[in-house]
Amino acid sequence: MGKTIAEKILSDHSGQDLRAGDIAVCDVDFCFGQDGTSSIIIDSFKKLGVKQAFDKSKFYMIIDHSAPSPNIGVSTIHKKMRDFAKLLDVGMYDIGCGVCHQLVPQKGHVTCGDLVLGADSHTCTYGAINVFSTGVGSTDLAITLASGKNWFRVPETIKVIVTGKLPKGVYSKDVILCIIKDIGSNGATYKAVEFYGDTISAMSVDARFTISNMAVEIGAKIGIMEADAKVLKWVAEHSTKEPNPVKADLNARYVAVKKYDVSKLSPQVAKPHAVDNVSNVEELSGVKIDQAFLGTCTNGRLEDLEIAATILKGKPVHPDVRFVIAPASKEIFLQASKKGLVETFVKSGCSVLGPGCGPCVGTHNGVLADGEVAISTANRNFKGRMGNPNSFIYLASPATVAASALAGRIADPREFKKRL
Amino acid sequence: MKHFARRLKAQDNINTDYVISGRYKFKIQDPDELAKHIFEDIDPAFAARVQKGDVLVAGENFGCGSSREQAPQSLKQAGFFAIAAKSFARIFYRNAFNIGLLLVECDTSFIDDGDELELDIGKGKLKDRSKGLVLDIKPVPMVMKKLLEDGGVVEHFKKHGGFKFE
Repeated sequence: MGKTIAEKILSDHSGQDLRAGDIAVCDVDFCFGQDGTSSIIIDSFKKLGVKQAFDKSKFYMIIDHSAPSPNIGVSTIHKKMRDFAKLLDVGMYDIGCGVCHQLVPQKGHVTCGDLVLGADSHTCTYGAINVFSTGVGSTDLAITLASGKNWFRVPETIKVIVTGKLPKGVYSKDVILCIIKDIGSNGATYKAVEFYGDTISAMSVDARFTISNMAVEIGAKIGIMEADAKVLKWVAEHSTKEPNPVKADLNARYVAVKKYDVSKLSPQVAKPHAVDNVSNVEELSGVKIDQAFLGTCTNGRLEDLEIAATILKGKPVHPDVRFVIAPASKEIFLQASKKGLVETFVKSGCSVLGPGCGPCVGTHNGVLADGEVAISTANRNFKGRMGNPNSFIYLASPATVAASALAGRIADPREFKKRL
Repeated sequence: MKHFARRLKAQDNINTDYVISGRYKFKIQDPDELAKHIFEDIDPAFAARVQKGDVLVAGENFGCGSSREQAPQSLKQAGFFAIAAKSFARIFYRNAFNIGLLLVECDTSFIDDGDELELDIGKGKLKDRSKGLVLDIKPVPMVMKKLLEDGGVVEHFKKHGGFKFE
């Protein structure tokens, strides 16, 4: 019997012949924490009594979730991170650099075939470039920081095949929301997901990150794709590390195979308060919104900003709507600026923030009032996620969010077909 | 010590944002302070009802979502002796055992808030004394047992100079 991508990468990193269900200690190629998780990483690391990182070049801390700091409590944590980075002489991306899940691949820290741990649940994002990357808690991360290792249970794998040419106005975000609706928030718990199909092959690497990013929303450990020519080119442009592309064997064992034809898919919207509570946009047009948000590790990349700018160009945001935009990294911000996207946003009346997570996690930059409704390109719409348990969050693609910001209600981006 | 069940109205897919909101976990480092805010967004009166030694009882996929270790940490700090659920999300599961908080998987359908519970990990049973029910617990994996015996992953690592599961 052949092997899945997960079985191969974990075997490679443990020196053992592993199969789903096995437990092994593996070598980790890169690990990191962000400002919501690093404080406990530091505390746990100190409790271990270890004095240095296992490898200074293989650990980073990123300040992105509340950046710049909105209050004294957060400032204290940020300072603790900066002091620790100096103490250990390890790398750090401070405020203004961007979101961890954009920076880790964009700055070339990871490449195809790597095994990566992040103290953030959306670490699964780099599955799009053939990386076995998964989220862990802070103490697990501290163990890896100290030893370069951690223990893994080899996951069973679900194969997902997506076929069909996406209609105009429908994007990778709509594809993954459609998959999440079908599989459910508990449908892939403890499992790996491998994504295949001509729809995925036709997507840019930016668009694929959106899909892998949300694999954790069905409980998956990783959401991984093969490294095709587009991925190898992307990796070569961003990293000096030698890629080690890993393919599944043709006779690998899958616990389930799911097929989706997306050629007639409508734009998808996740309704409050669960990511798998998904409807076609047509069923929701008319829901009034107070705030729109474009950004995050899910949809804050250049392509996402371009799509939104195409819809917005020359039109004012609806007078009853605040439109908040946060590019996912400094480099994306600069490119967006060069291409005139930032000017388009500002002229339309958007509030453009510095690179970072923006209002996604509810600590700053656009906390909602009681009863208010937001439409966002982020990955979670749990009650209270954007800082107020008495508000309502809808999740959609950058196109749907931009169209809605103009309309003042949830709107179908296909209304702007001529622009797209 | 007697253990009593504590149940939320919500049952399945209780995420870690609900356990402890991002509003608090980013700015508060003191676990005692965090423990006062558990489940605040879905049941503001819940935290005040928790007594030391209680068992939190939930349905499917408890602890899904964010990787925040503050979630199991604040539950432990609030006084919970263990959490019983039909299933747990992956990261939460690791995090809980890493800090020495016991999780048990069993059919929790018939346990009500306030029921007196008795846990026997060795025999793999959870008894609901109020109902006269004896529930089978899914065996705790060897790795988790080891981490729990050593008092969490930090203590395990220090004791053995690395991982030692044999």
